[in-house]
Amino acid sequence: MTLAAQSLGDAPESHPLASVDTIIEGLAGAGYIASRRIATALYMSAHLQKPILVEGVAGVGKTELALRTAELLGLPLIRMQCYEGLDESKALYEWKYGKQLLYTQILKDHMGKELTDAPDVDSAMDRLHGMGDLFFSEPFLEPRPLLKAMRQDGGCVLLIDEIDKSDEAFEAFLLEVLSAYQVSVPEIGVIKAQTPPIVFLTSNNVRDLGDALKRRCLHLHIPLPDARLEERIVATRVPGIEARLTKSLVAFVQTLRTLDLRKSPSISETVDWARALILLHAAALEPELVRETLNVLLKFEQDIVAVEAKLGEHLAKAAEAAGV
Amino acid sequence: MAAMQGALEDFLRALRAMEVRVSPAEAIDAHMAVAEVGYANRELLKDALCVTLAKSEDEVEKFDIAFDTFFTREEFKGAMGPAERGEDDRLDRREPEAGQPAGGPGGGSRDRADEASQETSLAEMLLDNDAIALSRAMEAAADRARAKDIRLNTQRSLLTRKTLDEMGLRELEALINQLRGSGQPRDEALAERLAERREALFIEAQRFVERQSKLYASETGRRMREKILGDMKLTSIDPDEMKSMEALVKRMAKRLASRYSRKRHRADKGKLDVRKTIRRSMGYGGVPFNIVWKSQTIDKPKIIAICDVSRSVAAAAQFLLLFLYSLNEVVDKLEAFAFSDRMVSVNDLLDDEKLDEAIAQILKRIGFRPTDYGRALADFCDTHLDELDRHTTVIVLGDGRSNYVNPRLDLMKQIAERSRAVIWLNPEPETYWGQGDSKMDAYQRFCSVAKTCNTLNQLEKIIEEVLRTYSPR
Repeated sequence: MTLAAQSLGDAPESHPLASVDTIIEGLAGAGYIASRRIATALYMSAHLQKPILVEGVAGVGKTELALRTAELLGLPLIRMQCYEGLDESKALYEWKYGKQLLYTQILKDHMGKELTDAPDVDSAMDRLHGMGDLFFSEPFLEPRPLLKAMRQDGGCVLLIDEIDKSDEAFEAFLLEVLSAYQVSVPEIGVIKAQTPPIVFLTSNNVRDLGDALKRRCLHLHIPLPDARLEERIVATRVPGIEARLTKSLVAFVQTLRTLDLRKSPSISETVDWARALILLHAAALEPELVRETLNVLLKFEQDIVAVEAKLGEHLAKAAEAAGV
Repeated sequence: MAAMQGALEDFLRALRAMEVRVSPAEAIDAHMAVAEVGYANRELLKDALCVTLAKSEDEVEKFDIAFDTFFTREEFKGAMGPAERGEDDRLDRREPEAGQPAGGPGGGSRDRADEASQETSLAEMLLDNDAIALSRAMEAAADRARAKDIRLNTQRSLLTRKTLDEMGLRELEALINQLRGSGQPRDEALAERLAERREALFIEAQRFVERQSKLYASETGRRMREKILGDMKLTSIDPDEMKSMEALVKRMAKRLASRYSRKRHRADKGKLDVRKTIRRSMGYGGVPFNIVWKSQTIDKPKIIAICDVSRSVAAAAQFLLLFLYSLNEVVDKLEAFAFSDRMVSVNDLLDDEKLDEAIAQILKRIGFRPTDYGRALADFCDTHLDELDRHTTVIVLGDGRSNYVNPRLDLMKQIAERSRAVIWLNPEPETYWGQGDSKMDAYQRFCSVAKTCNTLNQLEKIIEEVLRTYSPR
């Protein structure tokens, strides 16, 4: 019944979710270098039909994982950004009030005609009831991300981004969606997904999530990568970069991460910095150049000041670590 | 398969003992995950179990430790290694030995032959150097000795002994003695070999129980220590315990913050927000489809903490500062001051420095001098009185002992009038208040809450009260 099992029946070997190794390979093809644990999480999620809760510091590739998975599987990606105050009407569905209003206006005369030849008040009421239901049917339903995801018959990747920013009430509301892959619309009934979507939830740990939610999800924590993995990531994301430069810039970023900074640079900053260096036609890490582009890596003034003060030292350390 | 299931159950128990929360539903998930990936590929098994069971960064760390400790069985070979040099002559040694207990020389009595089936098995395993059989036997013996019920580190030696007994150590020893006494050089050599391997077995058993204790007891021990620490007088905690105290305080601060920093608005169903409703209805030609209710913004606590670091409270000061530091990391608006004879703002230090450094610097700058509450209050009022408003709670941590100088109650009155509440936490018990140079009884009149606070648990309870008054009931 699962998405994977269904398609696995057709071509057991070639399906991208057939094994952990094919997932690693497939994601690499889509430009995402995944560790074994990431790939295993995705594999388990497809086979156990459970959402994945992805945690990690900002910029470590949580959202990217969902995007690339959708690309790998060739499925549409439906994304829902969470924020404080997000509620059902923005996440699940809303009625198209304007359209309902317009239709009532247009049908007003027609309704009058219908009702005039009703023999008594009771039968007029009955007819009115029948019409009322018309306005609360599918054509007047405005689907929001969650409902859209449930109605994708071919399956999809649903990304619920930054779930920790939403309220606790909304988190509780999500439980039905995540465990049964169905949503209830009071006026229509229960809508169940034919093919359960692959669900990613991401969290930056702004607040602790409830146990009920965590229990329903597989948990994946993406740590900051080690030097070798990061070099591969940079090489994939910034085509045409020289191996030597990659090595030394990654070593430098790794050195920065050992310092006590307010915000350590994460992968996305490394990639941005690599791109910036390419744009500036840099062949090696010149102190002057690093100083000028430090604001790509570090996002707080205190951090920049602290690093600049000992820049030479850090660069030397990085060069030593990189062995260049 | 059933044995494997048992192993998984044991592993889950080990995880729970390490404070990774595993609910029954998650246990089912784990079983399903195992059914999916199997036991063959260890790395895959580890990752698969990790994503189903560990639900936070912290738990992932614990999981990794538990998994690696739990699934290390091949270690056995390592310890038995040194004995392996007897490999060549092992076989011909074994033959006579196997026959020995039954048809034994001299005083071989019949009743010993009954034990033979058991005792030879351990002796044989040792001579065979059969690591797999030995580790199995040890595990079975440990089960009988209930080694997995280990709760405290101190139980280790007892359990090691019990496990070895269950494996048939006594019989082995009898056999060795008997072989030694037999007078035949061949038997004596055999006895030596057995004795040698028995030593290796001891080490192995110790290591085994050690692992059990690491798996099942490490957290209970820590939990017990922390429980005791929580109720211990702040003044009587010695520096060795500083580290665990630090962790405890941090967790407490985080717990408080996550409980009270969440809600910022409270929907107030019942009162219509006319302005917003009309604004929203514009899109529908003035028909109010969306009805907006008024909501209330919940104040986040603004806290001003004043901490006494003078000589008389020196022992407690470090912990009060530790608490301030942790609170500063989790509460948005915290102004911190420290004083003994003068008062200074320590916000920058708390923000910029690391914990140890911050505390050391504060104590160096103004710590351990004789107290002057009057002067310190005057310092505070000179520069910071303006910051007090009806949203501010002032927390004073100090003993109220002012060395007989003017306590400046008038300033205290001003502070109390301007702020929302004044909370005074005093490390001294209430019976001491007002005795000697203590002005606590006088200050108490201006405080909304004045309490004795000399253990960590009391501290948490009081701070929780402060934060709760801001949240909806």
